[in-house]
Amino acid sequence: MPAVQETIDQVRSIDVDQYKYGFETEVEMEKAPKGLSEDVIRFISAKKGEPEWMLQWRLDAYKRWLTMKEPSWARVSYDKIDYNDIYYYAAPKKNPAPKSLDEVDPEILKTYEKLGIPLREQEILAGIEPERRVAVDAVFDSVSVATTFKEELAKAGVIFMPISEAIREYPDLVKQYLGSVVPVTDNFFATLNSAVFTDGSFVYIPPGVRCPMELSTYFRINEKNTGQFERTLIIADKGSYVSYLEGCTAPKRDENQLHAAVVELIALDDAEIKYSTVQNWYPGDAEGRGGIYNFVTKRGDCRGRNSVITWTQVETGSAITWKYPSCILRGDNSRGEFYSIAVSNGMQQVDSGTKMIHLGKNTTSRIISKGIAAGKSENTYRGLVSAHRKATGARNFTNCDSLLIGNQCGAHTVPYIESKNATAVFEHEATTSKISEDQMFYCQQRGLSEEEATALIVNGFVKDVLQQLPMEFAVEAQKLISISLEGSVG
Amino acid sequence: MADVTLMKTPAETALVQAFESARTALPGQAESRAQAFEKFAERGLPHRRVEEFKYTDLRAAFREVAPFAGIPSADEAKAALAGAKALSGVAALQVPFVNGHFVREAVDFHNLPENIEIVPLREALANGHDWLAHLSPIPWASENPVYQLNTSFMADGVMIRVAGPVAAPVHLRFVTAAASAVATATRILVVVEEGASVTLLETHESTDGANHQPNDVVELIAGDRTNVQHVRVNAEGDKALALSTLAAKVGGEAVFNSINVVAGAATSRHQVFALLTGENTNLRVNGATMLKGTQHGDSTLVVEHGAPHCESRELFKTVVDGEATGVFQGKIIVPHHAQKTDGRMMSAALLLEEGCAMNNKPELEIFADDVQCAHGATCGQLDEDLLFYLMARGLPKKEAESLLVQAFLGEALEFVENEAVREALVGTVEGWLKARA
Repeated sequence: MPAVQETIDQVRSIDVDQYKYGFETEVEMEKAPKGLSEDVIRFISAKKGEPEWMLQWRLDAYKRWLTMKEPSWARVSYDKIDYNDIYYYAAPKKNPAPKSLDEVDPEILKTYEKLGIPLREQEILAGIEPERRVAVDAVFDSVSVATTFKEELAKAGVIFMPISEAIREYPDLVKQYLGSVVPVTDNFFATLNSAVFTDGSFVYIPPGVRCPMELSTYFRINEKNTGQFERTLIIADKGSYVSYLEGCTAPKRDENQLHAAVVELIALDDAEIKYSTVQNWYPGDAEGRGGIYNFVTKRGDCRGRNSVITWTQVETGSAITWKYPSCILRGDNSRGEFYSIAVSNGMQQVDSGTKMIHLGKNTTSRIISKGIAAGKSENTYRGLVSAHRKATGARNFTNCDSLLIGNQCGAHTVPYIESKNATAVFEHEATTSKISEDQMFYCQQRGLSEEEATALIVNGFVKDVLQQLPMEFAVEAQKLISISLEGSVG
Repeated sequence: MADVTLMKTPAETALVQAFESARTALPGQAESRAQAFEKFAERGLPHRRVEEFKYTDLRAAFREVAPFAGIPSADEAKAALAGAKALSGVAALQVPFVNGHFVREAVDFHNLPENIEIVPLREALANGHDWLAHLSPIPWASENPVYQLNTSFMADGVMIRVAGPVAAPVHLRFVTAAASAVATATRILVVVEEGASVTLLETHESTDGANHQPNDVVELIAGDRTNVQHVRVNAEGDKALALSTLAAKVGGEAVFNSINVVAGAATSRHQVFALLTGENTNLRVNGATMLKGTQHGDSTLVVEHGAPHCESRELFKTVVDGEATGVFQGKIIVPHHAQKTDGRMMSAALLLEEGCAMNNKPELEIFADDVQCAHGATCGQLDEDLLFYLMARGLPKKEAESLLVQAFLGEALEFVENEAVREALVGTVEGWLKARA
C-alpha cells in the first residue's frame, strides 16, 4: 500500500526547498587559522582559558586521531572531507565572552529572535507559566553566547553552563565524567571532537533534585567554511531528574559543513534523563548541493540502579546523518528508551538508529523508530540490541517502521540483535501487543483497531516529550508526529 | 584496513598452495577457476570485520586446511553408503556422493525415471558440456568467498535437467567417510524447465571425530510455472566445518520451497541466495537449526525480489542449548520496479541454557514504495507458563521441554508436503531431543 495523501503533503511541507532557517547573519568573526594542527588545538585551548590537563587531553586525542581511519560502514556516500580545509574555531569578534545579554552583538540577538529562541528571561516570563519555562544555552559557531536562568537554576543547585566555563569552574566534575561514556578513542569523529571541541553545555543535577525547568541548547552554525564541534556532558546524580532539549539550524550554502558532536549522559542511581533533539540542520538543496554532515556520537550511561535514559529525536535536516544515540544499561533495573522520527527528502542520506547494551540485571529497553524517505533520499535504520552474559532478565522491544514516498528513494533496516543470556527476551517487531496491553485494551475497547491503537500509543509517547519543546520548530515536530505510517513497508 | 596488506594466515597460505598444486589436475573451467580463486585470494578468508561474516569468522574457524579428498574405490564407496542413515526411509531416486565424488555405479542411467536427465559433472567439466553455461546463475551471489572457493576447487557433482513432472523425489546423498579430515567441493546444477516439477532431497553425513571441511554449492534454475520442493539435512560429524550454498534463480508463476535442517557439524554455515525473475512467484525458505555443546550454526539468506507481485516467506527457527551459538542473517532486497512485493521474514530463537548465544540480523533493503515487507526477530527462553502447564499435568521437566521445542521447530517443517520426508525430519528433531534428555 502506498503512502496516503496527507502524509505526502506533510512530508512535502518540510521538503528541502522549504528550509526556513537558511538565512545568514553578518557578524565579524575571529577564526583560528584554517586547518588542523597542534597549534590550532593550542589556540582553541588558550581561547577557552583551559587548564593544562585539558590541553593535554586534546593533544592526546589529536595524536590518536591521526592514526585513525574514517569509518565507511554506514550506508552513506560523500566526497572525501578535507580536514585541513575547515576552520575549527570561529567566534564573534566583538566580545566573544559576554557577561550579560547587553554585551552580546545585537546581530546575534536578532538571529535568535528570527529563529524564535527566547534569550531574554523577562520576555520568556511574560505570559508563560513558570513550569513551562525553558533555560537556554545558545551556541553560535564555536562559542556559547548566552545562557539563561543560570541564577535561578543555581538556587536549586543545578549547574547549567557552557562546557568551556565548567572546565574552569568545576574541573573536578568535568575531569571525573568527561570521556567516561564516550572514550577519547571511541571512533574517528568522537576522537576528532575530543581534540577540537569548542563549546556545548554542561549540566549537573545534584542528588534528589528535580530540575525546576527544561534545559535546552540551541546550536547555530553561521560562519562559512567552519565546522561545529560541540560537546555536551549531562550528569544526573542519585535520584535526580532532568529534561534537556537540543535544536540546531544552519544557513543555506553550497558547501558542506561538518558537525561532529559528542554528547555524554550519565545517570546515577534512581536518576532520570530525558534528552530530546530536533535536528534541523540545513539539508542541502534539491540537487544535493550543500548541507551539513551531521556525524554525531551520542551515548548515555545508566550507571546506577533503576536509572532511566530516554532519547527522543526528530530528524529532518542535514545532508548526511550518521548518528546512533545509545544507552549502556549498566545499573540493575535500569531502562533505556529511544524514540525517533527521521524524515529524509531531496538527496538527504540518513543512517541512524540506536544501541541498547544490556549489562545489568533486569534491564529493559524500548526502541520505536519511524523512517520516512521521500525524493531521492536514502533512509537507513541501524540498531543494536545486545545482552551480555550477566544481563539476566533483560528485555527489549523494538519496532521500526519505514515508509517510502515515490520510487526513487530507499528505506533500509539493519538491526543487530545479540543475546548471550538465555533469560533475556528480545522482540523485534514481532508483536505490537507488547507495547502496553492495558493501554491497547483500553483503546480497542473503545472501538479503535489494533493498528490505530498502536499508532495512538506510540505517538502519545513521543508527543509527551515533544509537546514540551520550546521554539518555533516545535510546531514542525508536532506535525511530523501526526504523520500516519499507513502504508508502512515494515 | 584497506591499504595495509595483511599477513596471510596458515590456512590461507595452505589454500593458495592447494590451488596451485591442484589447478592442473582439476577438470576443466581453468579460467573461471583461476578468476574465482584470484578474487578469493585478494580478500582471503572472511573474518568478523567483513560484514557478511561478522558472526561467523572463517579466518578463526579454519585453523588448518584439510587435504582435498581423492576419488574413493568402488568398495569404499559401497561401504560408506551402507552406513548412511539420513532420510533412508524415504523412497527416492538415489544420487550418492562419497567424499565429494559422484558414485556413478549407484545410478542406473538406462532406467532413469521419466523427465529427468543426469550428467556427471566431472566428465562434463572435462569435456566442456553445453550446460556448463548455466553455472553461477546469480552474478552477485558468486562474489561470495565461500562460493568462490567452491568454484575454484569444484571436483565433482552432477547436472540434472528436469523436463516435466518427476514423481519420486531425487535424493542427493553426500557421505564423507574418511578416518582423517578431508575437504570436499561438490557442485550441483539443477535446471527445471518451464512447467516441470521435482522434489530434491539433500542429506549430508560424515564420520565423527574428523575435522572434515565440505563446501557444497547447489545451483537451481527454475523456469516459469515450475514447482520445486527442496529439503536439506545437515547431519555432519561432530567435528566438521561445513559450508554450503544454495543459489536459486526462479522464474514467474513458480513455486519454490526450501528448508534446511541442521543437526550436525561443529561449525556450519548455510547460505541461501535467491533471485526471483518473474512475476507472481511464491518463495518459501525455512530453517530449523538445533545446536548444542559448543556448536556454531549460521543461516544466511539473501532474497532479491527481481520482479513485481512476488511473495516470499522466510521462517527460521533456532534452538540453542549448552554453550552453542546460533546466527541468523537475512536480507530482503526490493528494487524500484518490484512493486506489490510481499515479503515476510521471521527468525525465532529458543535459548535453553545459560551459556548459549544467538545473533539475529534481519535486514530489509527497499526501493519500491508500494510493497509490504516485514521482518521479525525474537529470542528468549521457553515460556515458563507453558512449562508449568505441562508439568502440572505430570510431565517431567525434560519431557515438557522436549514437547515445547518440538512444537517450536515443527512450525518450520509444516510446509513439507511429502509425508515420509516430513516424518523423517520430525524424527531428526526427536532424535536430537532424545540425545539431550
